[in-house]
Amino acid sequence: MADTIARASALEGRFLNADGLTLVRAEPAARLSLRAPKTAIKSLSKALGLDLPERPKTSSAKDGRAALWLGPDEWLVIDENQADLAGACASVAEFHSAVDVSHRNTAVLVSGARVETVLNAGCPQDLSLDAFPVCACSRTVFGKAEVILWRTGADAFRVECWRSFSDYVFMLLEQATRDR
Amino acid sequence: MLLIHCPYCEEDRPELEFRHAGEAHIARPENMAELSDEEFERFFFIRSNPKGIVYERWRHIHGCARFFNAARDTVSDRFLATYKTGEPKPDLGKGK
Ligand SMILES: [Zn+2]
Repeated sequence: MADTIARASALEGRFLNADGLTLVRAEPAARLSLRAPKTAIKSLSKALGLDLPERPKTSSAKDGRAALWLGPDEWLVIDENQADLAGACASVAEFHSAVDVSHRNTAVLVSGARVETVLNAGCPQDLSLDAFPVCACSRTVFGKAEVILWRTGADAFRVECWRSFSDYVFMLLEQATRDR
Repeated sequence: MLLIHCPYCEEDRPELEFRHAGEAHIARPENMAELSDEEFERFFFIRSNPKGIVYERWRHIHGCARFFNAARDTVSDRFLATYKTGEPKPDLGKGK
């Protein structure tokens, strides 16, 4: 009998809505780990159809695609429509590195009035709107896991993490939500 | 929690995002193959480790992931200055 392999994505079916806070797994998306010196930013921005942000902690987004500043020469590009991001960069002649990490990461969408408090259960950064405004993004820690936070609204964050850490991240978010 | 100023992120960030990376301003010899064992030992293992102000490499490993340098007082554990890799040691002024 032929073996069949069913594909189950990380955090399949995980969901929590409690005490005014919602945790939901983000839909699968294309992701690109992009490293490039200043000289390639213009061409890469053109190829990707959005401006790669050059200021710390900032992001840019357009038509379901976003570029998150991670470091002076590093970005995470996310495309909700699962476009071929590495392919889009392939025509850029300037030196750069574009690695598809679509299946390395997964994301939890966290939203609700208590979102800052819940994230601060594991993240030591100042997440107040003054220090971490809407559209801000940052690589940081959440408990023992490294995550990328992207503030998508005043009370909404996208928490990107490596899929092998996603069970831990989701569990800690659940615990923080119920812990009050 | 200690806050450390990352010169690349341009803000104070929690110490949990950082990792210490040894003494700063140690130039790698250009004639590595010609070094005697004693010279290699001096370059590779021997560190100044003073009590007081030290110049160290740090890495914002869970942030922008960049290496940078810091002047730190080992007595008070206070960071006196942080600066980008490649920049000279900062003038810390007198009386500090
Ligand atoms: Zn940094």
